[in-house]
Amino acid sequence: MSTVHEHAAHVHVPPDNFMARWVFSKDHKVIGIQYWCLALAAVLVGMVLSLIIRAQLAFPTHNFELLSKIFPNGVAGGAIAPEFYLSMVTMHGTIMVFFVLTTAPMGGFGNYMLPIQIGARDMAFPTLNMLSFWVTFAGFLVIMAAFFVEGGAPLGGWTAYPPLSALGVIASPGQGTGMNLWIVSIAIFCVGSLLGALNFIATTLGLRTKGMSLMRMPLTVWAWFTTAVLALLSFPVLLGAGILLLLDRNAGTSFFIPGGLVVAGEQIDHRGGSPILWQHLFWFFGHPEVYIAILPGMGATSHILATFARKPVFGYRAMVFAIFAIGLLGFFVWGHHMFVSGMSPYTGLAFSLVTLAIGVPSAIKTINWLGTLWGGRIRPTTAMLWSLGFVSLFVSGGLGGIFLGQNAVDLYLHDTYFVVGHFHLIMGVAAIFGMFAATYYWFPKMFGRLLNEKMGKLHFILTFIGVNLIFIPMHGLGMIGHPRRYYDGSLYQFLGGTDGLHTLITWAAFFTVTAQLVFLINLVWGWSKGERAPDNPWDSTSLEWATTSPPPFENFEGDEPEVHHGPYEYSLPGSARDYVMQTDAPSRAPAQGG
Amino acid sequence: MVFLLAMSIWLVTAISVWLLIDAKGQMPVAISDLARSIDSQFMFTLVITGVVFVLAQGLLGWFILKYRDRPGARARFVEGNTTVEIGGAVVIGIIFVGLAVAAQNVWARLHLNEGPADQVVVEITGEQFAWNIRYPGPDGQFGRTLPELYDATNNPMGIVPDDPAGQDDIVVLNTLAVPVNRPVELRLGSKDVLHGFFMPVLRIKQDTVPGMRIPLRFVAEETGNYEIACAELCGLGHYRMRGFLQVMEEPEFRSWLVEQAAQ
Ligand code: HEM
Ligand SMILES: [Cu+2]
Ligand SMILES: [Cu+2]
Repeated sequence: MSTVHEHAAHVHVPPDNFMARWVFSKDHKVIGIQYWCLALAAVLVGMVLSLIIRAQLAFPTHNFELLSKIFPNGVAGGAIAPEFYLSMVTMHGTIMVFFVLTTAPMGGFGNYMLPIQIGARDMAFPTLNMLSFWVTFAGFLVIMAAFFVEGGAPLGGWTAYPPLSALGVIASPGQGTGMNLWIVSIAIFCVGSLLGALNFIATTLGLRTKGMSLMRMPLTVWAWFTTAVLALLSFPVLLGAGILLLLDRNAGTSFFIPGGLVVAGEQIDHRGGSPILWQHLFWFFGHPEVYIAILPGMGATSHILATFARKPVFGYRAMVFAIFAIGLLGFFVWGHHMFVSGMSPYTGLAFSLVTLAIGVPSAIKTINWLGTLWGGRIRPTTAMLWSLGFVSLFVSGGLGGIFLGQNAVDLYLHDTYFVVGHFHLIMGVAAIFGMFAATYYWFPKMFGRLLNEKMGKLHFILTFIGVNLIFIPMHGLGMIGHPRRYYDGSLYQFLGGTDGLHTLITWAAFFTVTAQLVFLINLVWGWSKGERAPDNPWDSTSLEWATTSPPPFENFEGDEPEVHHGPYEYSLPGSARDYVMQTDAPSRAPAQGG
Repeated sequence: MVFLLAMSIWLVTAISVWLLIDAKGQMPVAISDLARSIDSQFMFTLVITGVVFVLAQGLLGWFILKYRDRPGARARFVEGNTTVEIGGAVVIGIIFVGLAVAAQNVWARLHLNEGPADQVVVEITGEQFAWNIRYPGPDGQFGRTLPELYDATNNPMGIVPDDPAGQDDIVVLNTLAVPVNRPVELRLGSKDVLHGFFMPVLRIKQDTVPGMRIPLRFVAEETGNYEIACAELCGLGHYRMRGFLQVMEEPEFRSWLVEQAAQ
């Protein structure tokens, strides 16, 4: 990195062509913001879908006039049809998991911050980076198109289990063109994520600035790096599975379709495939994917807790180890989604034990977050509040996993609302809390202006209460035995007592979504009128705070920064300020451990 | 704000505990020994995770209050504590993995034992959106079936007419009748897509997979009429794929079979 030749090659000026600078940009900062905006658009769509779902569950007899104007078939005469309901569930899950929880933490914040935090001028492969965004964007357009084709959006859930997903419209409406588009979209998404993952790995390994040893990297960088490794190993499997499913549907192959099927009175001309094979492939991707969604949130939480508790991260090494352990073990637990799938009971036994073992690194992280707060001096900034909320939600959601990970208990809870409550708390909202924390923390760096703290805190407290009121009661529904993906539970006597919970959850959902208006207002306000941000508004230590807000085109004026300190030297005894930036001159008696 | 947050965390914790205890009271009755074992494993887990939950959330709220920014205070410079970290991991590891090990007893009782020779065998075949329930009849043998012969009104299971074993087979729709206190073995399958055969009062479910016959064993110990639900998304009628589990006294069960055979 320091040879004359390479250095010279790095001196670039921004392209003066508008398209090259802002649209098909190769600047990781622009691409990061593009990803972030894509995730914002996607989350708005996903949120509207969730309101439709919740409205149906609490008010099944209501006349949804407005909706019937937009979807005259699915909501004919104001009544939501069962297939329309399931389409909403499927699209909500797909859009949220892929286009929000995978794009914002990784594509958005990872892209923007990773190169700066390691002192690089850009990603290792800027053109690839641009491609990875636009490929992902294309995937989003394709999935959105599924709403508007004949038969509507697919209804098989975000997990798309065959044969339901493999047989076409005969199996249910939406399983025709809509399902094809779903697979194509996900396949495109996989390609985009792969390109991104390669770039993250190469950048972290190759472009660290002088002095940025691995153990001086902020935990955010460790999290993005591990996430990229998970993505690199898991997305190809989903891509392959998607291609096989597409072939089954359109080319007459039978990877997932066994012989002798009769659907709607019609014999299906396929033989030899296995529906369970899809589940293995899907969850081999799917479990690592849940960590892809949350690891960056864990990284941001560690980073922000240390910053605003004014303390080093408690057990930095253990945190790095835990991130790795989670990543590694995460590849050996996929079968916990399949305890009742028909898989061998011995396999189920093994998966159960490994799954509970993964609770250990998760617990280490929680203990160390609490340890970071212990003896600190907590500055209650908005970013800090979201991170504290993250810890609380991570505990609540993670403990649900301790029930589900026991195969014997999962016999009862599988495919009930208990699962829905578990994964929304942890993967849905905890990950989103991580992203909100990151937004409030890094917005000043990215846009050069501060968000309004009062609005931010209001937004936080309303959301924190709201999401708990939505997803904790869902565990109760699951305990009563309420199956998930039910259009209407009122047919069943054993679900007779669940109306009250459904109504409560729906009101809480409307409340929570409304509270997000505060955020949108804050964004617009902050972006246009917010107070000018100084270079380092939070007295932080990492490299992004050692450059201007926003950073210049090449991230750092002049030479690349040189790192002399670990990432979390807060409240170091004997130093004048209560933080030592990574770029600060080395102390005379170097503090060991960095 | 820190007060508000700490209070919210504690409030949420309290409400969660109350809600889950309340829901525990609303669970369907458990009518088998295995179901009660699953319930006690659930309860055991609820208590243990409940303690961890209250401890972690309580500590979080307390730290937020205690270590809020106070004039003149300086944060303690602590980079970690190996004893706490390793000790915590070991304790948590023992608790979590211990729970998983304890669960294997129940799992093994369900899955790793063969049923006795005199068990009642019933074949369940899901289709969009109903359960075909077949009894082997007096000969105790299921007749061969062929998908080409499926006929919703006359021969829903496609039993081959010239197979003697199939002559006396009894096929009913959506009602699974079983004798009380006798081992039952279901053989689950599907005609079309995945379904999930879920009997809440027995606390068990099993996906039905086309191309496979998956055994599921139970002993129901209380007579009565209970519900069966579909747990695996199978299409637009998933929510109304309802069945009934009728647990009868042995003589009643026999006459029920005779009655069904006559139809
Ligand atoms: C303490 C660690 C955890 C354990 C033991 C655990 C265990 C489980 C188990 C056993 C299931 C399957 C339940 C079923 O379908 O019957 C499950 C579902 C799920 N978990 Fe976790 N989990 C843990 C943490 C997480 C984390 C950190 C995330 C994401 C950030 C997550 C996301 C999910 C999702 C998305 C599903 C459901 C997917 C679906 O069926 O649609 N879990 N979890
Ligand atoms: Cu999983
Ligand atoms: Cu179903």
